[in-house]
Amino acid sequence: MEGWSRFLDTFFNWMVIERYLPAIMKGVVVTIEIAAAVVVAGILFGLALAIVRAFRVLAVNALIVVFVDVFRALPPLVLILLVYFALPNIGINLPSFAVLWLVLALVLAAFAEEIFWAGILSIPKGQWEAARSTGLSFLGTLAYIVLPQAIRLTVPPLTNRTIAITKNTALGMVIGVGEILNQATTAQSFSGNATPLMMGAIAYVILFIPVVVLGRFLETRFAWRRV
Amino acid sequence: MEAIRQQFFNLAIMEQAFPLILAGLKQTIIICLIVIPLGLAGGLAFALSSLSRFRTVRWTAIAGIDFFRAIPPLVLLIFIYAGLPFAGFRPSPMTAVAIAFFLNTSSYYGEIYRAGIESVGLGQWDAARSTGLRGYQTLIYVVLPQAVRNVLPDLVSNTVEVVKLTSIASVVALPELLYSADMARSVTFNSSPIVLAAAIYLAMLWPVVRLISRLERRIAT
Repeated sequence: MEGWSRFLDTFFNWMVIERYLPAIMKGVVVTIEIAAAVVVAGILFGLALAIVRAFRVLAVNALIVVFVDVFRALPPLVLILLVYFALPNIGINLPSFAVLWLVLALVLAAFAEEIFWAGILSIPKGQWEAARSTGLSFLGTLAYIVLPQAIRLTVPPLTNRTIAITKNTALGMVIGVGEILNQATTAQSFSGNATPLMMGAIAYVILFIPVVVLGRFLETRFAWRRV
Repeated sequence: MEAIRQQFFNLAIMEQAFPLILAGLKQTIIICLIVIPLGLAGGLAFALSSLSRFRTVRWTAIAGIDFFRAIPPLVLLIFIYAGLPFAGFRPSPMTAVAIAFFLNTSSYYGEIYRAGIESVGLGQWDAARSTGLRGYQTLIYVVLPQAVRNVLPDLVSNTVEVVKLTSIASVVALPELLYSADMARSVTFNSSPIVLAAAIYLAMLWPVVRLISRLERRIAT
């Protein structure tokens, strides 16, 4: 019984919970705000890039591929530190939350572009030809015929990737963004108790379990048909 | 322009930082050599349990996979590194990294294996069993080879994610590639070491990222 009460005292200390709950909640709000901004900006920018790529202008597409590859190959934390410490040197001062948002949105855009592009490529050529022969313009074909079918295919991989990238909001701790993990580690060092870390972990689980379960559902609902 | 060159592509500083960064690269490779095999093995265990005949085993495995996919790896790492000492277990940075990344990556690998195993038709099981193969032999010789082939792009892509993940070990002061580069940055007040580290990550991962794009496209069409 001794051990059990020590465990509760260390990880579920009621006084610490009461004291630091407001701080953790503030972190939850910041995390949700940044995550939402990352998802919206990243997916829209990724979709825009995929649409531009569909025009098949060689020089433009080469640039898009380089951007996409670099942002898929580099660890997000490397990009965050690079942007955070480097931009001030050339006279651009961004607040740390903006750095976090910018980097994660670009990373998500890179992955989203690849997924949308794979979706566009998976639509058979006959669909393009049939649509064009009815008199639809190139953009009209893309908007009304190809994208609606392509986006359906992209739902499961895009959901999973989006979840993985929004979880990276926790990296904001490293540059001092006041999100959940940052609030939790600060509270932990003030209180000398592990309870705030447990609260932070629980907050993340409450936030992300529903999306992970949703992702699992979408995966079976819209499964890629692989032959 | 000169300021940018001085700040980001300062060869003198890169040369100075190079031995430190090389030592960091060695640590990064060591972490990968520990975490990737552990994750691949743990993932297989997760996947097989999540397809188990017994409901309790199945649900526990699925709950575990979802839990570790929901929690950001950095949160897990800090919880293990900074939280567990309060309970009397004081892991070294390497141990903390190995435990945290093992839990995280095996749940991701687990989902991929599961999708792969499910993609192999039930008829394959029946046919293999009817030739006299045992259950585990069917799994090893018939089902797994096909399953792995079907999800190979996802397995490779997740491995790239694991290599990228190792960079967050810098937060618990494990002197891997990013940590060494950031050390050099804070000593020299110059961003070139981080640019050098980024170039090394790119050199390691870009070819693999290209390969994934090609593998994925071949399967998509």
